[in-house]
Order: sequence, then C-alpha cells, then structure tokens
Amino acid sequence: MIVVEELTKRYGPTVAVDGLSFTVRPGCVTGFLGPNGAGKSTTMRMILGLDRPSSGRALVDGRAYDTLDRPLRTVGAMLEGRSAHPGRRARHHLRYLARSNGIPDARVEEVLELVGLAGDARRRAGGFSLGMAQRLALAAALLGDPPILLLDEPVNGLDPEGVHWLRQLLRGYAAKGRTVLISSHLMAETALTADRLVVVNRGRLVADATVAEFVAGAPSLEAAFLQAVAR
Amino acid sequence: MSAFAAEWLKIRTLRSTAWTPALTVVAGGGLAYLVGLSMRRAEPEHFDAMFATFYSLSLAQLALVVFAVLAVGGEYGSGTIRPTLAAVPRRGRYYLAKLAAVAGCAAAVSVLTVAAAWVAGQAGLGPRHTALTAGGVPGTVAAALLYLVLIALFAAGVAQLLRGSTAALAVLLPLLFLGSQGLGNVPVLRKVTQFLPDQAGAAALHFFGNPDGPGYDRAFGPWGGIAIMALWTAAALAGGYVTLRRRDA
Repeated sequence: MIVVEELTKRYGPTVAVDGLSFTVRPGCVTGFLGPNGAGKSTTMRMILGLDRPSSGRALVDGRAYDTLDRPLRTVGAMLEGRSAHPGRRARHHLRYLARSNGIPDARVEEVLELVGLAGDARRRAGGFSLGMAQRLALAAALLGDPPILLLDEPVNGLDPEGVHWLRQLLRGYAAKGRTVLISSHLMAETALTADRLVVVNRGRLVADATVAEFVAGAPSLEAAFLQAVAR
Repeated sequence: MSAFAAEWLKIRTLRSTAWTPALTVVAGGGLAYLVGLSMRRAEPEHFDAMFATFYSLSLAQLALVVFAVLAVGGEYGSGTIRPTLAAVPRRGRYYLAKLAAVAGCAAAVSVLTVAAAWVAGQAGLGPRHTALTAGGVPGTVAAALLYLVLIALFAAGVAQLLRGSTAALAVLLPLLFLGSQGLGNVPVLRKVTQFLPDQAGAAALHFFGNPDGPGYDRAFGPWGGIAIMALWTAAALAGGYVTLRRRDA
C-alpha cells in the first residue's frame, strides 16, 4: 500500500506537484498517467525519499520510506534513465545493492536469470542497449522480492517480447496481492496492464478510478485520457 | 555494516577506483628513489633526508585525490546515487559507509605508499640514507601517514559538497598543482597560501625546509600544520554532509 497525502514540490516559483493525494492499493496494477512534466517522476522520487517534499508526505506500508531499515525488501523501484555506473559489470551493480540490504548473492543470480541477463552479467553496464539497461534496472527492483513495486516508464526500450513478459510479471505480482504502480505515457499498453488509474496533470490529481470507470463513455483509454488532461 | 559492505564492493568493482590507489603507491615509491638520487649530491646545508624521502607524495597524492573524488563524485555523474540512496535512504548512514570505505582504502594506500617512499628514498640516498630511529624521523613518518589519509578525506568531502567528480577535480587539481605549489613559491602570497590544506600539512613533511632548521618560515610547526589540514578536512566533510542532507538526489 502506498499513501500519498497532500504532496507538494516546488522548484522556486514552479510547482511540479501540487497538493497531490492518492492511495495505491495492493492486489492490482495501478497505472500512473499524465502528460510530460505532469509530476509523475517527481512524485515517485518523493515516495522513495530521493526528493524532499515541500510539504505533505508519502507513506509505504504506513511508514516514511527513509525510516525503512532494509527498503529493498519492502519497495522495488525503477526510476527513469540509466542508473548503473557505465564502468561496472551488471552482476556487481546488483551485488552492491544486495549487500546493502542483506540480500544473499544467490538472489542476484536469480534476478539476472529472471530478466534474461544471465548471459550478460559480466558485461559492463555502459555497453548495454536501452532495453538491456531497463532489464538491469528491473532486476534491481525485483532483488528484495518486495511486496510493493514502483516502476517509472518500465516498458521504455523493451522489445515486444519484453513488453509481454513484463506485463505477465506485473499481473502475476498483483494476483499475489502485491502493490504495483507503473507510470507510463503509453495508453494502449496501460489499458492492457492496469486495473486502476491515477491520472495527474500539471501536478494535480485528475482521476483516481478503475480503468473501466475512467474510460466509461469514451471510445478508448487514449480518448478518455486526452479529454481528461485537456480540461 | 551492510552499507559499508556495499560501498567497499563499489570501490573494488570499478577500474578507476581500483587502479588509482595502486598508482599512488608506485608514484610515491618511484619518485622517492629519483629525489633521493639527486639529494645524494646536495651540499650539507641543503641536505634533508626527510625531504628526499617524502617529496614524492606531492605527486602521488594526485592519484589518491582522484581516487577519493571518483569514489564519491562518481555516484552523481553516473546516476548511481539514486539506486544507492533508494537502498540506503538514511543519508547519514550512506555517508558514513562511503567515508569509511574511502578512509579505509586511503589508510591502506597511505601505509603502502609511505613504506614504498621510505625504502625507495633511502635506496636513492645511498650512503647518505637515514634510519627510522634517527631524531625527528618517527614524527615525520607519522605525519606522512596522516597527510595522505587527510588529503583523501578532504577530496571526498569536496566531491560530496560539489556533487560530482568533474567539479571537484576542477577545484582540487589546480589547488594542488598550481595554486598551492606554484603560487606558494611567491613570497607575498605565501603568507596566505601556507594555510591551504595541502600546504599546511606538507610543512610537516619538510617540503619547505626542516621545521627545526633555521630557514623555516611558516607561522606554525609541523603538528600545527597537520592540525590546520585536519580542520580543512573536517570543514569539507561537514559541508558535504549538509549538501547530502539538504539536496534532492
């Protein structure tokens, strides 16, 4: 469960996130939608304690993220862009994350296998394609087998096979009663993967509903989304 | 402890942070031999066995500074700081773990470099070599050991303060190369530059003459110099902590 309460982030005069409140429930995949610059990534970074909120708070399983002792066992996160040092081998990137949270090295091999990077574990992350870098970031998110997954644009750069694999994985996670939040700007993909939606525009909440409720009356999720953010 | 294990593994798994410590030892030893050789022929009034032994550290320290900067600042250039802080969200804990890993490595490098400089320096000095038990020698050796650890931690603090390797090296390399050593030779500027971190500490290593000798013109003695350097280091580390706490990752 992720609870966001009156979360606000200002950068000087710019308000990136403006009094945002929503709850991400366990047992379903929640899509986090919004145009570029709507504040999705900033919100996710605040949930993870990476960015400090100007006001408001975010709780994961009832606690502020930065009070968690071994957070990778509670929340698996994947943020935008490359996050592994280009000079470090994929296996070592996962190993230092594992060590920091008391996760055994054997689990590193498991997640490498799971995301299909077992054969590339000795390669340096700098030589990875975008899709491989995404798989490595996903492996990092899955490392602690966490009950909550927080993924920022996870399908970016994945090939169709990878997109299908990820969708099955996330559906499986939700079916086991876990909490899954994925941001995306791909409407068709979100319609296939998500049960619920949190839609934001210019830092404010536009909708917090099931996909069916949100789309109701519109020809497609895309049409409903464009209509919602045009207001 | 687990955060330290992670930081230690990070240092070992990058080529840059694995090679720069080795380079420090090689430069410290190799150059000490050459300085010792040239000091062999010095006039008695210019002869200083400690200068000959440890002057090589002025060059060797550059590799160690690059090591510390890459270990801390490299987190930012590569974006690794985000998964790192997501895994260890208590920033004080992360900072302590990082500094302990850098300091531990710097301490080991310091011991090896000072030992290499000692052995090579005495070999270069040949018949004019000195003994570890000679007057003033143990103190100078202790100062050399401290000097390298302090300069590494100072560099680590600056890299965290500026949140990146490039900015930190742009400040530190001119400071160590030109500002301090170049401008430090201009008598008028020396009144100020003698208090710069490396210059203050280097006074204890006989870079500006024997602190007990007649030509020594600094405002502080060898341990005063090390203390000034320690204050700079503490300030840089504190500044780094404040930025780490306050700024978004």
